[in-house]
Amino acid sequence: MAQTRLDRSEQINGWAFVMPALVLLGIFMIYPIIWSLWMSFQVGRGANFSFGGLANIQRLANDALLIKALTNTCIFFFIQVPIMIVLALLFAVALNDPTLKFRGLFRTALFLPCVTSLIAYSSLFKSMFSADGIINQALLTLHVIGTPIPWLSDPFWARVVIITAITWRWTGYNMIFYLAALQNVDKSIYEVARIDGVPAWARFTRITIPMLKPVILFTTILSTIGTLQLFDEVNNITQGGPGNATLTLSMYIYNLTFRMMPSFGYSATVSWVIVLIVAVLSFVQFMIARDRRRAT
Amino acid sequence: MSVALLRRGAVYAFLSVAAFLSVFPFYWMAVGSTNQSPDIVRGKLGVGENLLVNFQHLMTQVDLPRVFGNSFLIAVISTFLTLAVSSFAGYGFEMFRSRIRERIFQLLLLLLSIPFAALMVPLFVMISRAQLNNTFTAVVLPGIASIFIVFYFRQATKAFPRELRDAARVDGLKEWQIFLFVYLPTMRSTYAAATIIVFMNAWNNYLWPLIVLQTPENKTITLVISTLTAAYTPDYGVILLATVLATAPTLVIFFVLQRQFVQGMLGAVK
Repeated sequence: MAQTRLDRSEQINGWAFVMPALVLLGIFMIYPIIWSLWMSFQVGRGANFSFGGLANIQRLANDALLIKALTNTCIFFFIQVPIMIVLALLFAVALNDPTLKFRGLFRTALFLPCVTSLIAYSSLFKSMFSADGIINQALLTLHVIGTPIPWLSDPFWARVVIITAITWRWTGYNMIFYLAALQNVDKSIYEVARIDGVPAWARFTRITIPMLKPVILFTTILSTIGTLQLFDEVNNITQGGPGNATLTLSMYIYNLTFRMMPSFGYSATVSWVIVLIVAVLSFVQFMIARDRRRAT
Repeated sequence: MSVALLRRGAVYAFLSVAAFLSVFPFYWMAVGSTNQSPDIVRGKLGVGENLLVNFQHLMTQVDLPRVFGNSFLIAVISTFLTLAVSSFAGYGFEMFRSRIRERIFQLLLLLLSIPFAALMVPLFVMISRAQLNNTFTAVVLPGIASIFIVFYFRQATKAFPRELRDAARVDGLKEWQIFLFVYLPTMRSTYAAATIIVFMNAWNNYLWPLIVLQTPENKTITLVISTLTAAYTPDYGVILLATVLATAPTLVIFFVLQRQFVQGMLGAVK
């Protein structure tokens, strides 16, 4: 009898502690998700909408801007994320060496970009990469280029700027995760490998990478979500231009809802495209990580 | 031996270049805020004498105390409420196990990967219907229950010694008292790290405030910078000064609490 009373008090307390968060999540997360699922079958503009069946999904297939936004997001994802993760790994491994001097200084310097707001650094990069800005000046002075590069008005270079900016901002963030994970790796493994004559590169690919796999997976998923949510940077550096060369999915949804004639139903449908992509990519990344683990 | 030395040199060179590239924009921003726009464009890298003029120009364009007040108020309220609600939940999920709550927690982890872009349209419609448009309440409310912070606290709670709780129970403390007087003081560094994360996120938040806040007197510093940058003829001196002012608080927090920050990260990964 006493046992069950204790159980009940455990239950009551358990619910009491999690309830405020669950209620808020219900209102501001679950409900919007269900609402947008329902909305994606509605057509119409502004406050007037009616059931449209699969009309929105048909519209998806013929939406050139959506295809453009998807392509851009893919370009950012497949180029930027690998560069960033490899750089972050290299930094982390270099900084994990206890004999390295100025470790604290290097770590702080590399992490520093993470404390800037996305808007602040976007604004910085926009100024630095403007046609007559400091980057062009520096490259001209160093004779790397003969004429200024039209960073923000050429589709190719605009993408380069966005990728550079994001890499600058987020590499240190990923590095901290890897550094933390490296500190948990048993140092004696490296000692044994070194004594056995395993070269540094092989130690990196055969010990460090497999040991860090869970963290790498975690940061890759974070970056996937981040890339699909990309908004602040493009909205401030390029406004999605030139010629929609840097338009992202999040920006497209924003434009659909708040810049063009508001079409809540269709923007809800597009947002579900993002959810599906995140789900598929997370699943694929998870499976790849699992398969590799099984293979080794 | 010389190969090892060469490798060492390469590592230092690599890190130095990377560190320089990481820090240079900060230097450029700080120096730029003291220069005139044409000088900044020309690539002047020395400290100028235009800081006060830039400041005056910024003050005429923006109600600076108000804008900073808004950002600060939103960030502080968000941080306090998010930490309260989310650490409560993290503690609850970890200390009182039940099958249903475990299932709910797994569902929450799945929801973690739903991007904000998917929620912003319905959230905007909800907020408009509740007539909360253009209020700070609308900015703060949707973020209070943060799955990430709940997860973070649950992970950290795994390291909380159960004996402390059991001892407190024997002493007759109620569960909320145990949380408040035993758990909270023990987990100070976890709270410090979470405070940094949540405060910085709230201070730097852009998309949601952009959607919700419309009138100039409610704008936050990030919205103001975005407007300044989008001007047809941007005054770089003013923009860079505004960026310095917006970045300063987070920089200070980072340098003062760097140790907690890294420790907190460690807790999140384990």
